[in-house]
Amino acid sequence: MSILTYALHFEGEFNKNSLGAVSEAGKLASEIGGEAAAIVIGGDDLTDDLCKSLGSYGASKVYRVRGEEGLAQPVVDAMAKVISDNGFKYALFGGGLLGFEIGAGLTARLNAGVTMEVTAVKAQDGKLVAERPILQDSAIVDVDYVGEPGIIIGRLNAFEIAEGGSGDAEVVDVEVEFSDFSNKCRVVKRGEQGESEINIEDAEILVAGGRGLGKAEGFGLCEELAQSLGGAVAATRAVVDAGWYPYAAQIGQTGKTVAPKLYLAAGISGAIQHKVGMQSSENIVAINKDPNAPIFEFSDLGIVGDLNKILPKLTEAVKAKKGA
Amino acid sequence: MKICVLVKEVPDAAVEKRMDPGSKRLDRSGEKNLNPFDTHAIEAAMQIKEGGKVDVSEIVAVTMGPDSAERALHKAVSLGADRSVHLTDDSLAGSDVCATGYALAKVLESESPDLVLLGQQSDDGECYTIGAVVADHLKMPSLTQVIEMDTQEGKLTCRRQAEYGYDTVEVDLPAVISVGDAINEPRYPSLKAIMGAKKKQLDKRSAGDVGIEDGKVGEQGSRTAVLAINPPPEKQAGEIIEDEDTNETVEKIVAWLDERKLLA
Ligand SMILES: Cc1cc2nc3c(=O)[nH]c(=O)nc-3n(C[C@H](O)[C@H](O)[C@H](O)COP(=O)(O)OP(=O)(O)OC[C@H]3O[C@@H](n4cnc5c(N)ncnc54)[C@H](O)[C@@H]3O)c2cc1C
Repeated sequence: MSILTYALHFEGEFNKNSLGAVSEAGKLASEIGGEAAAIVIGGDDLTDDLCKSLGSYGASKVYRVRGEEGLAQPVVDAMAKVISDNGFKYALFGGGLLGFEIGAGLTARLNAGVTMEVTAVKAQDGKLVAERPILQDSAIVDVDYVGEPGIIIGRLNAFEIAEGGSGDAEVVDVEVEFSDFSNKCRVVKRGEQGESEINIEDAEILVAGGRGLGKAEGFGLCEELAQSLGGAVAATRAVVDAGWYPYAAQIGQTGKTVAPKLYLAAGISGAIQHKVGMQSSENIVAINKDPNAPIFEFSDLGIVGDLNKILPKLTEAVKAKKGA
Repeated sequence: MKICVLVKEVPDAAVEKRMDPGSKRLDRSGEKNLNPFDTHAIEAAMQIKEGGKVDVSEIVAVTMGPDSAERALHKAVSLGADRSVHLTDDSLAGSDVCATGYALAKVLESESPDLVLLGQQSDDGECYTIGAVVADHLKMPSLTQVIEMDTQEGKLTCRRQAEYGYDTVEVDLPAVISVGDAINEPRYPSLKAIMGAKKKQLDKRSAGDVGIEDGKVGEQGSRTAVLAINPPPEKQAGEIIEDEDTNETVEKIVAWLDERKLLA
């Protein structure tokens, strides 16, 4: 056995980044001459069929643990046990909140090396080398591990989901004695959506607003432009967290993934967690007053300027053009 | 209740960052500042203290770093911390996440806090990981990326955004909590607080003082090794318009959209 991944699930489905990690582990394991396994944690909703299905992404074995899902520390306990009982060389995680938390906890528990934000993993001489971009992606470092296991935490969507593996995975139930402190966190509510449902997935045009709008009322500018373009309004996590706009409109890692014909981003910096939710848009237009904002690195048309000046005039001009 | 806040000195956001090709470490020369996310952690501590629901005996700012990191502690104290602790030792240089988390945990152990707060990420590197590393060493429950926190006697109720929406989690104290920047709006320090910061108690601790084992920190204690530093792949940049005359800018945007048939 050589690579262990953690697969997060919710309401009967595995998380996309987790499936990416399982697929990547399957591919890498065969390159370094080992096997890939996955570990899952949860209650009765973790059925045999669901666990076995990870086989088609490349996991030969799935360790199933009964425990609370949605928290990191119980998973650290479970992974530490499975790794020490079976001797895995690497632990690989897809991007996302729990990957960071679990990978970090495991690092401490096993005194192991960790690399996060990994964008690619290479197999070299029977070992794995992680590629990690640093300093706002201005350089990429190749990281090797001292001792075992090496812990690799992927960047969001870094690992592609590859279906069509060798069929069902073998399911092994594991009893884990959870640490005293793992029992001191309890999920009271999981996956709450909050506020009204807004359907942004079907819109062909999205006008997205970020913290650059300055305040909740600033969304009026986006709403007016969206209306003139015949589109809908989307938002970044920063403004959703701040309570300026409903969660249902959030684009990104912890929000929705969209691919409209036009994505117009106003006052959005273009953080990676936002980018993953909208980078497949056909045309990306960004308005930002900071010429160094990361969003300009992946927009098709970038406007360096103040959105308060540009948006109202743009709305008028679109109305005039469409009316003509 | 005693609260320890972990803080870090980071290169100023305006300074261009680079790697030192010789040491393969971040070049830490140039202007520095208190990591912005940490100011939210200090503010969270202040709000618990001022909230009146629990009795906070003191707020202690803790950092690890070279001599210059003292400035981050002064800033932390000017924002409300009662005193500060500076772990500084030549043996710590070159510590990776694993070694840094261990060293910080050892300092915290010597302080026995009821609550450890930190910012969820630093401007210069570690990504959302230190809180979980520290918590595992301290054998405390932990939660990262918290955006709302209600403190009662002996426990916290935290809210955070996870992969499927918001989670509400109850955590028993003592605990390690890392906070996001939406949790609060940090206050500005008063001139008096800035002036007074240098007079507040600042304890220097060496690795030996807090029982850090040799070989577990610094380059020796690090479990990763950088093999190479490469430039990123070239990418194609889009078109850029500097807004000088807004009417003209808007005309250009409309023409661009029209060309792509987005104004149908
Ligand atoms: C685990 C995790 C998951 C996350 N998930 C998501 C997610 O799903 N979606 C998401 O969006 N983020 C997510 N984030 C947060 C993400 O890292 C960024 O913090 C967030 O996207 C930033 O939002 P923003 O661009 O609105 O704000 P900021 O980064 O604050 O950017 C505001 C921008 O507005 C510009 N600006 C300011 N004033 C003006 C003006 N007058 N005119 C023009 N421009 C102006 C500024 O130059 C700046 O670039 C996640 C983070 C973590 C850690």
